[in-house]
Amino acid sequence: MSQVWRHRLSTIAPPAVAIALFFLVWELGCWLLRVDEFVLPRPSVAFAAYLKWQHAIWPNALQTLMTTLVGLALAIVLGVALGAIIGYSALMYRALYPVLIAFNSIPKAALVPVFVIWFGIGTLPAILIAFLISFFPIAVNVATGIATVEPELRDVLRSLGASQFDIFRKVGFPRAAPYFFASLKVAVTLAFVGSVIAELGAANSGIGNLMVIASSRFEVSLVFAGLMVVAAMGIALYAVFAALERRMVAWAYRSR
Amino acid sequence: MTESPPCVELREVSLIYASDGKTVHALENVSFSVPQGAFVAIAGPSGCGKTTILRLVSGLMPATRGQVLIDGQVVRGPQKKVGMAFQNASLLPWRTALQNVLLPLEVVQPHRAQFRTRRKEYEEEAHRLLRIVGLDGFADKPPYQLSGGMQQRVALCRALVHQPEILLLDEPFAALDAFTREELWGVLQDLWTARRCTVIMVTHDLREAVFLADRVIVMSKRPGTVVSDVTIDLPRPRALADTFSPQFVEYVHLLYDRIGAARNGGT
Repeated sequence: MSQVWRHRLSTIAPPAVAIALFFLVWELGCWLLRVDEFVLPRPSVAFAAYLKWQHAIWPNALQTLMTTLVGLALAIVLGVALGAIIGYSALMYRALYPVLIAFNSIPKAALVPVFVIWFGIGTLPAILIAFLISFFPIAVNVATGIATVEPELRDVLRSLGASQFDIFRKVGFPRAAPYFFASLKVAVTLAFVGSVIAELGAANSGIGNLMVIASSRFEVSLVFAGLMVVAAMGIALYAVFAALERRMVAWAYRSR
Repeated sequence: MTESPPCVELREVSLIYASDGKTVHALENVSFSVPQGAFVAIAGPSGCGKTTILRLVSGLMPATRGQVLIDGQVVRGPQKKVGMAFQNASLLPWRTALQNVLLPLEVVQPHRAQFRTRRKEYEEEAHRLLRIVGLDGFADKPPYQLSGGMQQRVALCRALVHQPEILLLDEPFAALDAFTREELWGVLQDLWTARRCTVIMVTHDLREAVFLADRVIVMSKRPGTVVSDVTIDLPRPRALADTFSPQFVEYVHLLYDRIGAARNGGT
């Protein structure tokens, strides 16, 4: 029992200490350098703003979370599908990879006004931006996982007369799973970035929208409270996906 | 009807393929046949197309000219009658040893359709095979917890679990140390004696060929062609001590000479 707790402590303590130190340096720095609260509020002030405004923050945070998760879900479905296609077919890889790169090179923030013209202000542009920004790492990672399947493993299945779909199910997909889960951890944080960026200009709710309203009212501490909530949700979802990864693809991390 | 019909037959098989923009003439007019239940080894200098022959027989690759027949039928694609093991064990790393052995049953008919209902039975069979190769108690271990020799034993079980008529072995013990290799010769001999399937094994180890095979086919260097076909007339079961007997050593020497000639003279 005590060993389990010691293990848990050793995984939780280092990041907790690091975060505490970060806030401490920020707090002391602002205090010592006499930084104006209007420019950079101390974390304690931002936290006080959070407590004061939490009834306003939570519905918006949940809105952002929902937007992010829907966008991420879309990115997973389409990213895995496209990743499987370009991972399997060298022709499709050659044909589609430059197109993918081109799409990923477009700053997603630049698409927000376009989506507003197409879909109006609301949740949809934010979902689409979250989807677009998190789609690329998933597709590329799944494609890499499938394209690097050892030919010997494929031959084992082929020599048994397995169909292409069998090979995908028995070898391609499990082989790509560690790549997929690794990309999810990146994708989920990117999806948050995407939804908040879109909400800044193209939504009536969400943390991004809240931050725009707060800054227009010069409530800088509330802006920072919003940023911290986004960061906290990012950590929480990252932890969920990291735990999922350890459970699903433990075989790929055997040496740890 | 002849008395012992050939199980595998190659008729004037040639293979030419393109690799990195160059044409490779891998095989030229290779003909031989393997009767039902025989153990045939193919030996030759490296790059002589030994592995290619296995890929042709398994249907992984088509011949450029000539025909490959299994039970009198021309091979046109992968065969469910065939079990294969490679130089690398090629186990799926996310599956346990037992799950790896079960893999062919999830793919090959008629087992595939019955896999869910007969799962218990199939697992019994897989356990039985693992026991024969001395892996009792390792069924639930993932491949990375097994040594190279153990992984190769699992690969042998996987090649045999769906009761194939023909077992194709591509230098299955080449990556192992000498002690493990010689131990596995005995394991393979036992498995073959129990099953009596037809075996074609590619090897560059002549002692291995003489120990295991009824017949050793010697190939020339590329383009590969059959230069010699030596029948190994030694009693079975063969034991490791027999490898020091004069007859055994004589066979090995004979093969060395033939291969040496094939390497120098070529075609």
